[in-house]
Amino acid sequence: MSYANSLYLTGAEIGLSIAGLVLLLATAWTTRSSARAITIAAVTALFGALIFNLSLANDGVGAAAFGGLLEVDAFSIFAKSLVYIATIACLIVAPRYFEDRGQFRGEFAVLMLFNAVGMGIMVSAVDLMTLYIGLELSSLSSYVLASFARRDDKSSEAGLKYFILGGLASGIILYGVSLVYGFSGTTSYDGVRAAFDADFSTGALFGVVFVLAGLAFKVAAVPFHMWTPDVYEGAPTPVTAFFASAPKVAAVAMLVRMAAVPFGGQAEAWQQIVIFAALASIVVGALGAIGQQNLKRLLAYSSINNVGFILIGLAAATPAGISGVLVYLSIYVFMTIGSFVALLMLRTEKGEALATFDDISGLSTSSPALAWCLLALMFSLAGIPPLFGFWGKFVVFQAAVQADMIALAAIGIAASVIGAFYYIKFVKVMFFDEPKGDAPAKAPVSHWVVLGLCVLVISPLGYLLTPWLGSVADAAAQALFFAA
Amino acid sequence: MIQTIAFYMFAIIMIASAVMVITARNPVHSVLWLILAFFNAAGLMVLVGAEFIAMLLVIVYVGAVAVLFLFVVMMLDIDVAAMRAGFIRNFPLGIVVALILLAELVLGIGAYNVGAINLGTPPAGDASVVAESNTAAIGALLYSKYVFLFEIAGIILLVAMIGAIVLTHRPSKSKRGQQDIGKQVRRNPDEATVMKQPEVGKGVEL
Repeated sequence: MSYANSLYLTGAEIGLSIAGLVLLLATAWTTRSSARAITIAAVTALFGALIFNLSLANDGVGAAAFGGLLEVDAFSIFAKSLVYIATIACLIVAPRYFEDRGQFRGEFAVLMLFNAVGMGIMVSAVDLMTLYIGLELSSLSSYVLASFARRDDKSSEAGLKYFILGGLASGIILYGVSLVYGFSGTTSYDGVRAAFDADFSTGALFGVVFVLAGLAFKVAAVPFHMWTPDVYEGAPTPVTAFFASAPKVAAVAMLVRMAAVPFGGQAEAWQQIVIFAALASIVVGALGAIGQQNLKRLLAYSSINNVGFILIGLAAATPAGISGVLVYLSIYVFMTIGSFVALLMLRTEKGEALATFDDISGLSTSSPALAWCLLALMFSLAGIPPLFGFWGKFVVFQAAVQADMIALAAIGIAASVIGAFYYIKFVKVMFFDEPKGDAPAKAPVSHWVVLGLCVLVISPLGYLLTPWLGSVADAAAQALFFAA
Repeated sequence: MIQTIAFYMFAIIMIASAVMVITARNPVHSVLWLILAFFNAAGLMVLVGAEFIAMLLVIVYVGAVAVLFLFVVMMLDIDVAAMRAGFIRNFPLGIVVALILLAELVLGIGAYNVGAINLGTPPAGDASVVAESNTAAIGALLYSKYVFLFEIAGIILLVAMIGAIVLTHRPSKSKRGQQDIGKQVRRNPDEATVMKQPEVGKGVEL
């Protein structure tokens, strides 16, 4: 594999890094008023990376770059596209939130760009060292983003909590990685797989468990979810939207590749862990959300709940299950970003956020369009059939049933009924309660565009996408199993 | 033989000082024990022929991290007079520690000159060592096979730096005004001084 080809395959990462460095200099040498222009430039760079990434799908996929450190295959292209789309959406809606608080700075866009680089490396890593480097780049910029509104105590608290617990999780992953390396003698995924297929000792099992525990933290699966509500509530809302979408996609993709390729021969070793994490996430995510008054906390529990459904697809450990994971992830990204953009639009004239159930009661009279969009998003998150969210749940449960995990699917479906309670409560408060607080102010066009696109995707029209989405996801899942 | 003696010496002292790190009452002592533990770990690395890692341990951990710890510890409220009180009493102990370190140094250098401990022969399939010294070998790998990861690690450090600045930097605007050196230099006697003829019984009006 020639050097130039390696550079070509990692073109999206290299391009984004260069864009980040140039914009960093631009931020340093200009005043704060340039922050908006820098954000626009960052969005442009991400669009470029997205197009470049999609163009890689046409010519020669399945190629390893830098002597097997990274791999460009259908799976990584799929996950990377989702990551870039989510990052673009979060960058588009971020400026007004920070400008309301006088905290908008160009570094925000720069950190998002470097975060996107890290996530791109995470999803295409086929070497334990690449995995760790990508994870750290993404995590480190996430910690800073969480406390970006530094004058806000809650934001600082969120950043500190995320940093300490994230550092612990990185340590756990690193310990697991060192055990895996010690027992297999190699850091490359294929090498680890070959070594584990030949001999899988108890020590290696410990390594696998540690790696999975650390990754479960990164995807916020129960029992490693405790940080999620606090961090999601405290972080600035555009950053929360970002945390719930892009890094989650990257972490899930990394977990899936990890489970399918290096640990693919030992499915029974990790399956029980994933099954437990899936069921526990669904139940805790559903029950924990019931008592919440704060909308961001509620959506945090909702994201824990959704990770549970995603893990059901992984627990099946079949190409159909992985394909289900990817379909679910794509729908989930649009639902989450839509919900958080709607939250961002819920603000008074003075720029204060309408953050609790009391604030949004009777929203259907004060802002009907927003209320109907939220209704569609909540019903979709609950998985109610005419909406696209149902399809995601359907494919993962189908994969679980096909893999003879009927009990898992049954418990999952039962728990999703509990989850439907608070999504419907959301709708009840908006449509049937008397208005109490201020009406939300007019939102800019950019927010409406992002929200409109998300609602369009999750509306019944989204089913037009299913054949295409299904075939792309199948190809991506097949890439993992073909490699193994 | 000298290697075995050196190994047990480094190992025992390292474990003993690690125990002292967590049992010492005085945090400054804890940090000093930690430094001793690092030094002994470096000695062990020298024994297995990994002199580059040994130097890294000394430079990074002893040099930077331990000094940083010491700064943090110094900010804690510690009674310095109480610490000094035992100086004469503990003087012999200090001499003993110094002698141990000297002996370690001699043993370590002696053992290194004899050659690395033989840790067994590597499997036949393993890649051969690229260069003679392990500093060169690590460099050869780092700048060829792992160059991508090396560059990304650089970006991680940059992100850490951006983060530190974003979270702590405040535009400097002191309430008392700022010193403008150009303005100070431009001052001349004509505009800086005025002649006044105060009337008798009244003060100067400026």
